[in-house]
Amino acid sequence: MRHQIPLIITFVAGITMIVQYFVPHEPFAALSQQFRIWFLIIATFAMILGVGNIIKIHVERISRARPGWGYSVILLAGLATTAISGIGWGIQPGTIFFYLFWNLLIPLGSTMFALLAFFITSAAYRAFRARTAEATLLLAAAIIVMLSRVPVGTYLWDRFPIVGNWIMDYPNTAGQRAIMIGIALGVVSASLRIILGIERTYMGAGK
Amino acid sequence: MSTTLGVWIAAFLTLCILSFLYKDNPFYKFAEHLFVGTSAGYWAAYYYHNILKPNLYVPLFKEGKLLYIIPLALGIMMLMRLWPRIGWISRWPLAFIVGTYAGYNLITYLQTNALAQVKATLTPFTDVSRVILFVGVLTGLIYFFFSKEHRGIFGKAARVGIWFLMVAFGASFGYTVMARVSLIIGRMMFLLKDWLGVID
Repeated sequence: MRHQIPLIITFVAGITMIVQYFVPHEPFAALSQQFRIWFLIIATFAMILGVGNIIKIHVERISRARPGWGYSVILLAGLATTAISGIGWGIQPGTIFFYLFWNLLIPLGSTMFALLAFFITSAAYRAFRARTAEATLLLAAAIIVMLSRVPVGTYLWDRFPIVGNWIMDYPNTAGQRAIMIGIALGVVSASLRIILGIERTYMGAGK
Repeated sequence: MSTTLGVWIAAFLTLCILSFLYKDNPFYKFAEHLFVGTSAGYWAAYYYHNILKPNLYVPLFKEGKLLYIIPLALGIMMLMRLWPRIGWISRWPLAFIVGTYAGYNLITYLQTNALAQVKATLTPFTDVSRVILFVGVLTGLIYFFFSKEHRGIFGKAARVGIWFLMVAFGASFGYTVMARVSLIIGRMMFLLKDWLGVID
């Protein structure tokens, strides 16, 4: 019951989604549409599970007065204020939720990612050494693309934007496309393994 | 200088995060934890209004569609993972999610990421760039084919594939750096223009 039923559920759900593509008629069309909605609902509960886990971990940290427990209070206060205001009074402009989104989440998020500009640059300085032909290609492509996107690049050489765009459109597209096709083939084989019950690691260990 | 409270809060939090450039400190930790908390709260509210309410609450409790008891039950079963003793129950909803996602992805990935990309690559060779594109995709795929040893002509083709992949990684890196730089410019503009008002 703990293993067989999940395998049957996976098989039925997976096969239904595949069959509806080749047989877009009833009952498969309606069933797959229904499954998609159910998928969204259950995935939302998975997100709630994640939030529940955060709460559990930080409540435990506070109750045991572990080092940095004060930060956990801030985290939980931020979580509760945003979630309660959003669920209780809506998320449209003019609400408390929107105020928090605009004045807390946006500056925090964009500054956090902006901070990566410094670390990415220092990491590149240490890692990007033109030791081999491959490393030189990587370095050259990165520099050209960066210079093609800023005014100083055009100031140095007016054809930098053209070369940068060509790199993005052809060699970059070729590399990305090879990766995409490779991923797609990998996803197809992994999906088949999951649907047929060969791959079971998603169920986790234990009985 | 701004007289709006929201701008002052945003400016304070921006400076808290930027203080990490000096070293890890209590101001950064404060902002970091606040970010995690508000993000989790944001997504909880967002999912409630955009998914749970229109797809579960309204059909089940307003329109009386009893079929929606199934996803509700599966959703509640998912939460059982919080209690290790009965955590195995969450395998059922997890199996549904994995199965649906696998079946859906099998078709969509095959169609959009494999067949459509191959079709876009196999265009008439009207100029050198298109030939380069074709060679890049082919040799890149050869590099990813590990069932045959990379030796001889096959190995040479794989090596050419690596060159294309390196250019792609370099270009992606350059693009990412520029995106991050534009974000930092945005934050600086906010501090100097919206908050302090020292530039127009």
